[in-house]
Amino acid sequence: MKPFTNRLLGLAAGIAVAFAATSTLAVDLTGAGATFPYPIYAKWAEAYKAKTGVGLNYQPIGSGGGIAQIKAKTVTFGASDKPLQLSDLQASGLTQFPTVIGGVVPVVNIPGVKAGELVLDGKTLADICIGNVKYWDDGAVKRLNPGVNLPHLAVVGVHRSDGSGTNFIFTDYLSKKSPQWASQVGAATAVDWPTGVGAKGNEGVAENVRQANGSIGYVEYAYAKQNHLAYVRMINHDGVPTEPTAAAFQAASARTDWAHAPGFYVVLTDQPGHDAWPIAGATFIIVYKNPADPNAQKEALKFFKWAYENGDSLAESLDYVALPQTTKDDVYKSWQANIVPASLP
Amino acid sequence: MVDAVLTENMAATSRGTALRRFGRSDFRFRALTGTAALLVVVIFVGLIATLVYGAWPAIKAFGFGFLTSTAWNPVTEHFGAFSEIYGTVVSATIAMLIAFPIGIGIAIFLTELCPRSLKRPIGIAIELLAGIPSIVYGIWGLFIFAPFFQQTIQPWLIDAFANVPILSSLFAGPPFGVGIFTAGLILSIMILPFISAVTRDVFETVPHTLKEAAYAIGCTTWEVMWNVVLPYSRAGVVGGAMLALGRALGETMAVTFVIGNSHHINGSLLSPGTTISATIANEFTEALGDLYIPALIELGLVLFGITFIVLAIAQIMLYRLNRLAGGGGK
Repeated sequence: MKPFTNRLLGLAAGIAVAFAATSTLAVDLTGAGATFPYPIYAKWAEAYKAKTGVGLNYQPIGSGGGIAQIKAKTVTFGASDKPLQLSDLQASGLTQFPTVIGGVVPVVNIPGVKAGELVLDGKTLADICIGNVKYWDDGAVKRLNPGVNLPHLAVVGVHRSDGSGTNFIFTDYLSKKSPQWASQVGAATAVDWPTGVGAKGNEGVAENVRQANGSIGYVEYAYAKQNHLAYVRMINHDGVPTEPTAAAFQAASARTDWAHAPGFYVVLTDQPGHDAWPIAGATFIIVYKNPADPNAQKEALKFFKWAYENGDSLAESLDYVALPQTTKDDVYKSWQANIVPASLP
Repeated sequence: MVDAVLTENMAATSRGTALRRFGRSDFRFRALTGTAALLVVVIFVGLIATLVYGAWPAIKAFGFGFLTSTAWNPVTEHFGAFSEIYGTVVSATIAMLIAFPIGIGIAIFLTELCPRSLKRPIGIAIELLAGIPSIVYGIWGLFIFAPFFQQTIQPWLIDAFANVPILSSLFAGPPFGVGIFTAGLILSIMILPFISAVTRDVFETVPHTLKEAAYAIGCTTWEVMWNVVLPYSRAGVVGGAMLALGRALGETMAVTFVIGNSHHINGSLLSPGTTISATIANEFTEALGDLYIPALIELGLVLFGITFIVLAIAQIMLYRLNRLAGGGGK
């Protein structure tokens, strides 16, 4: 009995020491929120720590949790896939800025239709998701795809069942392009889908689309690219059919007038530009304008400034789309205008 | 045991001191175990209180209509739990209808008919089945079972019952692969080991003399099972079934992958639906808004209520079974 108790005590002591060690090493930078940008924040943090010794403790608990945590002032910054409205920011004394761009790509499984062959516009995509377009040889789809041999096959819609920034970007786009979608369904991280099957995560959507003939779903750009899914070309704001590429997502942000958007409330859907992909959105960081701990926030902004200057290649290696330089400059300007000088990097 | 220790100690101390010392340790033992039991009650009450507190905005906004409304619209913040309750109850019922008879069958085979050399391997296989994490069932269900089901069994079900009045609407197409029926099937595999392992163990507790007496007067194996073993062990069997049903009602990950996650009720069992726990798991992390999170927490409270009702029904069933058996029971 004795030796066992001793071992147990030894183990407990060991665990206590390990905790103490991590808590002295772990640092001032704390953040919580969206899961979508977690991999790139972790990658940036690793590189930043190697360089400066300052680490980041980021908890990917979801956008809602991130907003709640920053409002409760338990973290230095919150992160959300859905930007806060200006009124909400002002009421809480918060400000926000984008970090990286996420893109959403519709993918299909129609026998005989190859990747990039099918072309859709926003209105038709909304009609498909509402259930107005029931078969792939519907007139609306045929009109956009004169050369494509479309079978008389029932449309099966597949959507993300888990609340996600991807849902928000996608439904925001449909709301902009279809008044019926806007009034009947709306835009949110989770909506009341009129038809179709809900699948969990990108992999769930991709798998359901792969299995069901005649299905259409949507996944994050990185997921579509890495898995070579049969993507759809989208007709953008300028009427040009566009391929989903990193450059097309950057183009969506480049032409956007971030500087004059109240509270940086911008969803990069249906943005102008000849080569802009229409279904994109940035993920956001939320901080206080006048934080309780100005030093901690200064360190956090230093980290994001470093990431803007040095983190693009890391972002690209994970198939995130970095912000264009014009947008980064707008962010710096917004910091100067909104955040107290003591907290500026 | 105690007497032995007592006599041993008698040599050194008087009987009175020894008794007092044992009395004190008795008291300490009672306090310790009593606290442990009380802790369960405290945790239970605390959980209910936290759920009610978290769900209060939704309870105030929707009242009892929450239980009967099929709305689930995060954009307009209109929430109702009926389609989630429906999916939870239906998928768990399908699972029980399949797993209960099979599980009892396995237990009967293992205790009465199985050759000794096969007993251990089959028993271990069943217990291993219970140890597989639910996410594995979910992934397997989505990637392997659902496509197989969609291409073979579902079209057959739809065709076979096309002209049968009620069944045709229960098994109406199109075959999605995922759906309420698929979720029920996956759940039945998941709860099967609980039913068979628990019932096997309670069957083992039936005294051999009883069974041998029944065999001696010429009973068949079936008659022994039905008239001797099952009546003797019904409390344990119902207990095992309730444990399994509890898991089926609350199972989250595996169901989320294969149920199709649709908040609309469709009469067909092959159509996508959702359950309470799947909805919470899907939507909690990214839920924003004043009523969305409270509505999700209220769903948790509703699941608590369903589990409570199921347990209450089980108790009533047991009580009536015991009375029917002339209060004999064990």
